[in-house]
Amino acid sequence: MSLDLLTYLFIGGSFALYIGIAIWARAGSTKEFYVAGGGVPPVANGMATAADWMSAASFISLAGIVSFIGRDGTAYLMGWTGGYVLLAMLLAPYLRKFGKFTVPDFVGDRYYSSTARTIAVICTIVISFTYVAGQMRGVGIVFSRYLHVDINTGVIIGMAIVFFYAVLGGMKGITYTQVAQYCVLILAFMVPAIFLSMQVTGHFLPQTGLGATLESGKSVLTTLNELSVELGFAEYTAGKKTTIDIFFLTAALMCGTAGLPHVIVRFFTVPRVKDARLSAGWALIFIAILYTTVPAVAGFGRVNLIQTINGQDNAGVAYAEMPSWFKNWENAGLIAWTDKNGDGKVHYSAGNAFAGSGKPAFGDGRVDGNADMQRITTNPSEGANEVYVDRDIMVLANPEIAQLPNWVIALVAAGAVAAALSTAAGLLLVISTSISHDLMKKTLKPDITDKQELMYARLAAIVAILIAGYFGINPPGFVAQVVALAFGLAASSVFPAIIMGIFSTRMNTQGAVAGMLVGLVSTMSYIIYFKFMGGSADQLFLGISPEGFGTVGMILNFVVAYAVSAMTPPPPEEIQHIVEDIRIPRGAGAAHAH
Amino acid sequence: MSSNSSAQAYWKENLRIIMTYLAIWFVVSYGCGILFVDALDQIQFFGFPLGFWFAQQGSIYVFLGLIWAYVFSMNKLDEKYDVHE
Repeated sequence: MSLDLLTYLFIGGSFALYIGIAIWARAGSTKEFYVAGGGVPPVANGMATAADWMSAASFISLAGIVSFIGRDGTAYLMGWTGGYVLLAMLLAPYLRKFGKFTVPDFVGDRYYSSTARTIAVICTIVISFTYVAGQMRGVGIVFSRYLHVDINTGVIIGMAIVFFYAVLGGMKGITYTQVAQYCVLILAFMVPAIFLSMQVTGHFLPQTGLGATLESGKSVLTTLNELSVELGFAEYTAGKKTTIDIFFLTAALMCGTAGLPHVIVRFFTVPRVKDARLSAGWALIFIAILYTTVPAVAGFGRVNLIQTINGQDNAGVAYAEMPSWFKNWENAGLIAWTDKNGDGKVHYSAGNAFAGSGKPAFGDGRVDGNADMQRITTNPSEGANEVYVDRDIMVLANPEIAQLPNWVIALVAAGAVAAALSTAAGLLLVISTSISHDLMKKTLKPDITDKQELMYARLAAIVAILIAGYFGINPPGFVAQVVALAFGLAASSVFPAIIMGIFSTRMNTQGAVAGMLVGLVSTMSYIIYFKFMGGSADQLFLGISPEGFGTVGMILNFVVAYAVSAMTPPPPEEIQHIVEDIRIPRGAGAAHAH
Repeated sequence: MSSNSSAQAYWKENLRIIMTYLAIWFVVSYGCGILFVDALDQIQFFGFPLGFWFAQQGSIYVFLGLIWAYVFSMNKLDEKYDVHE
């Protein structure tokens, strides 16, 4: 069967499955809409959490990032998994015992303050929108590359699917579609990884394959190091960032992960406190399957990529002999070649191939107006490197580079869509809940009925999908930069506020609000200054990059909160009782319906 | 809920368990994966420099072990203090 037909079959089949589940799991009450009725078994919740968490970034981009930056990719691998240890021990069980619907619910009730609630609502909405725009874009890219539709049409199809099961099913529909999406995405990630590992090293497990010895008698990593150095890159296993930068970046990603509202809210859906701990354990197992495979995919992918583009002798390969994937991705604008030395051969090495941001600017048509020549580019750089390869294509192009069968390529496309849709749905639910529950029910219109609240939730979900779709079609140029903002915000505001709310009976409104504001403002200004206002590298505080500053913001938050609360009166008696109560598992019952 | 002093003893023991596991968490991820990575890289481990292995694989396995150990420790502790559900 042709690749196109297979791709339609795989993506169409998976969509039919998601819609079927959505119809089966319609939500009838706010409790079902917000927390799936609080009756999700821990294994299912673990799977849903894994799908919720692993976004288009984890599925499509992470292996590409590690592949291109080598050792420094460590911060992402550890940061995005280590946060689950914090979740399991410091947050999930107590928030489940507290038993409400949202993160702002906890912050608002624990700090008996609508100011605190409002700050939490703002953080939640900013974090979630930042995140969701990237997901919609991911769906668009996959559709345009594999189904040959316009990126915008792809975004609209993605919106329609999410609309269907998020608006209809709420958390209940989302949970069970996420379970299905996890199965699709993990299969789609592991099958090509195992193929690759078998092909390159003969090892079935990619995890051990990365340490294998090749026919040349050298290990995979040694080969990578030698190839990298030969082409002018740093050694693959050597870090380029400073130790302190990696340290702060890892910490910001870990604490940010633990503070992300769409992840936290998943732990409200299980029946008991022990199930919350247990589902964190399951979630990390399901996540670790992908995350421990990523370094292997990154390593094999890089060896294959370099050897395919430059040839086994590293002398370059004539453009006419390039495999079809090279031209396909060139058409998608994610690969570009400019023949700097005029030898007609494609050659990849260190340095930006294109001037300015390093991304190619394409002119009209192809060189000499010849359909067999490369696309015209207008901004070649001074350096010797002739090839631009977008990091994001590593996972998607890997099966083609390794010449795997068509059904594997189609499966990867379906997996990428599943990863993007599952995360988008989780985020949209959090946004709609913050609006209908925290803003309408708890702040603006406390006397609405359950039915009206459910209607507001559905309306808010519709509006959120439309906004997310708009950002997917007209991506703000700063999507990549604002992701730093999402983790920074979560680490510097939400995470400390919840931790102190659980582990300190003495923490009061004044302390928490002051802490959140200081964390928020310091982190946001640092990121905005260095990402958007042209702050230069030598002005960095201790050399900490903006992505890692959330850790500093978090420390400031803790310090200020404790100082302010020590100088102000302790919280009321009943709040201290609430804190003592959430520390004891017994009596969690179903999530309170207020 | 059980009596107040028993609840406090339960909480203290929970904190002690958390501190122990988080200490391991810190040493493995920030220690082996970041701070001492260069020293550990001198050791070869199944084809990996050991520091690199900890940073990109080993730490994740340890995280998993820690969460599951915590799950079992807490289930036992909940029973001991009769606060299980």
